[in-house]
Amino acid sequence: MIDIVGKRFKLFAFTAIVMLICIITLATSGLKMGIDFSSGSLLTLSFEEEVALNDIKQELSTLGYDNAIVQVTGDGDFLIRTLTLEAEEKASLETSLESRFGELEELSFENVDPVIARQTARNAAIAVAAAAVGIMLYITWAFRRMPKPFHYGTCAIAALVHDLLIVIGIFAVLSIPMGLEVNLMFITGVLAVLGYSVNDTVVIFDRIRENRLNNPTADLAITINRSLVETLTRSVNTGITTLVVILALLMFIGSTILNFAIIMLIGVLVGTYSSIFVASTLLIVWDKKEWKRFIPWLNRGEAKV
Amino acid sequence: MTRKNIIASSVILIIFILAALIVFPLGNGLLFSRGVELGLDLQGGLRLVYEADLSGVTDGSEDEILEGVVAVITNRINPLGVSEPQIEKQGEDRIVVSLPGLSLSDVEKDRIGRTALLEFREYKDSDGDGEKEWVPATGEINGEQKTLNSSYFKENTYAATDDFGRIILVFEFNEEGAKLSEQITGRMIGQRLGIFEGDQPLLGDDGQPIAPTVESTISDRGQITGLSVGEATTLSQQLNAGRLPVPLDVIYEQTVSPTLGSDFVDLSLKAGIIGLALVMLFMTLYYKIPGLVASLALLFYAAITMALYKLIPVTLTLAGIGGFILSIGMAVDANVLIFERIKEELQAGRTLGSAIEAGFNRAWSAIRDSNITTFIVCAILFWVGSSVAAGASVQGFALTLFVGVAVSMFTAIVVTRTIMRLFIGSKISGNKRLFSPYLGGEK
Repeated sequence: MIDIVGKRFKLFAFTAIVMLICIITLATSGLKMGIDFSSGSLLTLSFEEEVALNDIKQELSTLGYDNAIVQVTGDGDFLIRTLTLEAEEKASLETSLESRFGELEELSFENVDPVIARQTARNAAIAVAAAAVGIMLYITWAFRRMPKPFHYGTCAIAALVHDLLIVIGIFAVLSIPMGLEVNLMFITGVLAVLGYSVNDTVVIFDRIRENRLNNPTADLAITINRSLVETLTRSVNTGITTLVVILALLMFIGSTILNFAIIMLIGVLVGTYSSIFVASTLLIVWDKKEWKRFIPWLNRGEAKV
Repeated sequence: MTRKNIIASSVILIIFILAALIVFPLGNGLLFSRGVELGLDLQGGLRLVYEADLSGVTDGSEDEILEGVVAVITNRINPLGVSEPQIEKQGEDRIVVSLPGLSLSDVEKDRIGRTALLEFREYKDSDGDGEKEWVPATGEINGEQKTLNSSYFKENTYAATDDFGRIILVFEFNEEGAKLSEQITGRMIGQRLGIFEGDQPLLGDDGQPIAPTVESTISDRGQITGLSVGEATTLSQQLNAGRLPVPLDVIYEQTVSPTLGSDFVDLSLKAGIIGLALVMLFMTLYYKIPGLVASLALLFYAAITMALYKLIPVTLTLAGIGGFILSIGMAVDANVLIFERIKEELQAGRTLGSAIEAGFNRAWSAIRDSNITTFIVCAILFWVGSSVAAGASVQGFALTLFVGVAVSMFTAIVVTRTIMRLFIGSKISGNKRLFSPYLGGEK
């Protein structure tokens, strides 16, 4: 049988390094907020004649939209992001662009008022928090017959924090060359990753529960290792089928759900990793209070008592 | 092969055929002739969220006022010919208007939410700071100062052409309005009378504010000259029956042209079919006969889910389709769990029949507990989607993923088990290899 739990400290070290890199990336480059959260307008235009990106940028700045962000989509359409536009402002902007670059079609327009943006940001934050609390309570309840059910809920949440950090960290890295912004589909992806990762963790915990109930006196580390090995093929295979469909999504649709698909792609990989190597092995560390090995003064404190 | 199982198999087959008849053809199914409802991002259209200014409204009547706003907007939208317009209250002071499939000019968009309350103003220095500004013209009725506006119009305003061929909007004041108008125009002869809608001056066809000079006292009848034909017609209709009780402010707008979304329907169909085919291929290659059975169950799953989308009905957005395709990948999870269990039971030396039963029974707690976490996430996403203005796609995703996971629990357990039982006692049931995964033969 493969020994997974025996390598837990090496794996923790690896995990810690990756998490640290993600924290540094997030702290230095951060994330760009889309109009869902920061308010503003997003206009998608398609021009009949070929137009150069720089000409559009230049024209916009002539018109007074110095802060406009312009991107070209895969289909050669232009995405123009500005501060919130009133109907008349948009109309005059389009007329000006039309007179300079020829006929254009407005493919889509979205305008988000700061009132809406604030509410969206607040509700998204509530949602992520509610999901974390809901999941922890649920797992604690589902494993209520185990000794220390709270350990299971907390370790699952620890794995989720790990997933969130790494997924968002990698997204931050990708967002620079790909011009990705944080929008509602990003939040949807993040929550779907939480759901997926916990789903994975619960399957492993379920096996630990079963193996413990069958053999309560066995060493926890051995029971957990056995459970991990028994569920390993399932974790990998479900990961594969999920990745396959996400790749199909990415290749064919992309576009508005690009953020979602990218987050899911990273999330399924990270979530599978964390269920096996973080959530379950943390259970052992907690149960055996293994942190004391690394912090000698804790041991001394106990020795005196 | 028991009798019970044969009946179960037939029922499943019948359900599958019915589901397929509801789903195909995609436009209008043979059964119930329902089509798939497409969201704004797929068929184009308009979504507007208005915030009502309820500052001047007495406490307790807000709900009634908003109902009134919904009624007025509904009246304004009906003539536009949208097949499924949605006009609803949201929260305490919002109105959400959803017009799928509609393409409107900016002017037409503006007209939906306009107050249509014209106010007469005079240009004077009211606060004594030496600067003139447009302030509401007031008169006195029973010792009370009142501003003159179009709420005093009788409901017989109409657009017409005058002797010089100019467009005019002809209106008549009611009794109180006539008194006010007499006082105001009487003292304003020779001055300009501004006509405002909200804080914006009413603009004429030439783009200039309309502010005629008062030539004589106006009591019961008046006319506004200089509007465009379309504007005069709309305005006369809105003044007669469709004035909004409170001003509205657009706080969210989403417009999608029909050309943008049409490609995505085909593309997402392709993504779905390819995703489904790849998952079926993987399952069959890895799990052999059980994998093939799971693939059949997956087809069944796709048919049932699509049929439910049509029947509930679920409005499909791009994100919703994403949720559906994602659920295809996750739907086989229950089967993977079960087959891994069956593998273990076969390795432990059980016969195929008892291995199948044990596999299903033992995998159940994991299937149940793990899917509940997905449901929790779906519920939370559904709340986010319904509570924020831009949330339609999030809501669509939550709904399709929920339906997908719920149906998959049923198909992976009931359908797969029923078909698997058909193999018990058959000629090939002794060949455990056909039922063991690629990497997990007998030990």
